[in-house]
Amino acid sequence: MKLFTLARSAALVVAVASSLAAPSAFAQAKEQFFPLLSYRTGPYAPNGVPWANGKQDYLKMINARDGGVNGVKITFEECETGYATDRGVECYERLKSKPGVALFDPQATGITFALTEKVVNDKVPLITLGYGLSVAQDGQAFKWNFPLMGSYWTGADILIQHLGKKEGGMDKLKGKKIALVYHDSPFGKEPIPLLEERARQLGFDLSKIPVTAPGVDQKAAWLQVRQNRPDYVLLWGWGVMNSTALKEAQATGYPREKMYGVWWAGAEPDVKDVGEGAKGYNALALNTSGTQPKVIQDILKHVHDKGQGTGPKEEVGSVLYTRGVIIQALGVEAVRRAQERFGKGKVMTGEQVRWGLENLSLDDKKLAALGLTGVIRPISTSCADHMGSTWARVQTWDGSKWNLGADWYQADEQIIKPLVKTGSDKYLADKKLTRRDPSDCQS
Amino acid sequence: MFYRENGQFKTSYRADQQILPILQDRIAMLVLLVVGFAVVPMLASDYIFRAILIPFLIFSLAAVGVNILVGFCGQISLGSGAFMAVGAYAAYNFFVRIDGMPLILALLLGGVCAMLFGMVFGLPSLRVKGLYLAVATLAAQFFADWLFLRVQWFTNNSSSGSVSVNNLQVFGLSLESPVAKYWFCLVLLSVIALLAKNLVRGAVGREWMAIRDMDVAAAVIGIRPMFAKLSAFAVSSFVVGVAGGLWAFIYLGAWEPAAFSVDQSFKLLFMVIIGGMGSIMGSFFGAAFIVVLPIALNLFLPAITSLFGFEISTASVSHAELMVFGGLIVWFLIVEPHGLAKLWAIGKQKLRLWPFPH
Repeated sequence: MKLFTLARSAALVVAVASSLAAPSAFAQAKEQFFPLLSYRTGPYAPNGVPWANGKQDYLKMINARDGGVNGVKITFEECETGYATDRGVECYERLKSKPGVALFDPQATGITFALTEKVVNDKVPLITLGYGLSVAQDGQAFKWNFPLMGSYWTGADILIQHLGKKEGGMDKLKGKKIALVYHDSPFGKEPIPLLEERARQLGFDLSKIPVTAPGVDQKAAWLQVRQNRPDYVLLWGWGVMNSTALKEAQATGYPREKMYGVWWAGAEPDVKDVGEGAKGYNALALNTSGTQPKVIQDILKHVHDKGQGTGPKEEVGSVLYTRGVIIQALGVEAVRRAQERFGKGKVMTGEQVRWGLENLSLDDKKLAALGLTGVIRPISTSCADHMGSTWARVQTWDGSKWNLGADWYQADEQIIKPLVKTGSDKYLADKKLTRRDPSDCQS
Repeated sequence: MFYRENGQFKTSYRADQQILPILQDRIAMLVLLVVGFAVVPMLASDYIFRAILIPFLIFSLAAVGVNILVGFCGQISLGSGAFMAVGAYAAYNFFVRIDGMPLILALLLGGVCAMLFGMVFGLPSLRVKGLYLAVATLAAQFFADWLFLRVQWFTNNSSSGSVSVNNLQVFGLSLESPVAKYWFCLVLLSVIALLAKNLVRGAVGREWMAIRDMDVAAAVIGIRPMFAKLSAFAVSSFVVGVAGGLWAFIYLGAWEPAAFSVDQSFKLLFMVIIGGMGSIMGSFFGAAFIVVLPIALNLFLPAITSLFGFEISTASVSHAELMVFGGLIVWFLIVEPHGLAKLWAIGKQKLRLWPFPH
């Protein structure tokens, strides 16, 4: 009897396995595949979900509105990482060998670190918009990494510039106390070298207060804040850590007006639960939010109105949703750019998409065509610069919505450049690798 | 019919005490090794290697180590993740700080460091037992988390706290291809598992089991509890440390302390409990169950639901994965509380009579 049930379940497994194997065998030629690593479960899900929805909806919109990229249809598959590095690596291995794979956006700094070592051999580009490895800005050392539009270093620098401006001059920061409350992981630790450099230059006092991941317990950290009474708190959190920090700040009585978050600590899920309690809290903004931009309108029209939307319609146009859209838009534009060189209407390989990412040039006109006017600033990458743009704004939560500040800030090259150079040189030396040859730029 | 020891006479103690006394078992083991070393590399795809086989081998090794401590010596440990972390970070430091350090030596030295670390945190076992010991070993876990997050020296002063290795080589052969990684892990696993099997069959292993079954009685008949317990901690953490090094070097490539969080400790303990306490074989079953099953569920659930004609979202898949996985653990523990290894033993017993019971 038992043997029969065993045989039956074995047969089921075989049947399922064969049905699973079948579609990949008959994969059609003209499809560009976008692997989507995401996390819809776990402590980071509130922030991971809108991001993943934005990424997916944009691809659906491109297929529905334009019929793909110059006729090449876009396919995609999502894989749940739960923000865990080992599951992320598994997802990467699962999706990287699909035909026509374009690029990976791992959605997590930890996974980015692990994949950085792997993409070199697999020849698939890695885009990490506003996160990941800060030194990867140096395209001559990191051929396959693209920290587009900003890294933790540019973000931290912009925050310091903003504080300087608020005080009435960078020199006024001398003697001020700035505390960094950070997620105790590579994500939270990345900005430290830059902040230390800035502290040395400007003479402010930097105290580093770690919060154990995932950040639901921050009593000890905020006790330190209460004792130190810093002039400003920089919040480097993600997921549930952000709302917890705001609640703790409220409980400690630390003014939210003096708290500044990175762009990963500046979305609706971070402040919604705290509501009025988070009033006055500031955070960096890489992009605008809202449903006014044309690209969001197009998604609503071509995807959500047809009942094809990935998530709830109300969340379309939220901060992280829009960021997902931008990430995917840049990815799709890289494919388009690569097609201009390697043949329109063809499926691009990872190497060709990499060239596209390295030669992205989106000016105001192109952004308008994409429906991204006002959402982001023009971006242009090169062989040496894999970031393309280092501009950001500061936004403030008024209790019900985010209000963007008027000033755009650009990270100070004088500070970022030498740091990136030393960092990437150290990385290359540790790995016994050499810089890319200038002739390699055309490949 | 086929699986019978009839007619196989042993004429020496040596023959009677070998690991596999029955001819069929020896053949089966030989076939298994041939399949593992030669057939699998010909058949498996890149994905199967990197995402399933290599993690399975590494966790099997770790589970063998934990089984020595928990299954054979009866000392419940929740510090396995920490021992893995010490193995990984120590191997990393040997590897990057000493020029020309061979990979195998670095991994083994990592294991030695984990061994020392394990012995220090095994000291409480001389006074406390059972659940209290589990709590005491948890201290090792938190200590390691703290150590590798805070002391920058261990991470080679990397600003982000994440470290990485690349261009691994063994005897001049590159370990970049998945097959090479697989073979490397398989060789290490085979050697260490064989050593472990022999260790638990020998005098030391019997001391461990005596301590596990009743430490007072064991002490009365002349077994030194301190030696037995600390040697179990030492051997176990060495094996777990080597597995940690492999996990970091071979599978992840770049890692942070979170890769060896308390979750790993729990996972390893579950592997041992589900696979079968006090069984080297069980460690392999447990590792397969815990490592492969979630991935298999994640892959097959969408396919199964699509057979019934509805799409399932990524979020529901991962929720369902957890639910089914949890359900299976409970089911297995009810059906066979002694683990999958016991199920295997029962199967073998039945096979002896098959197909003519009576």
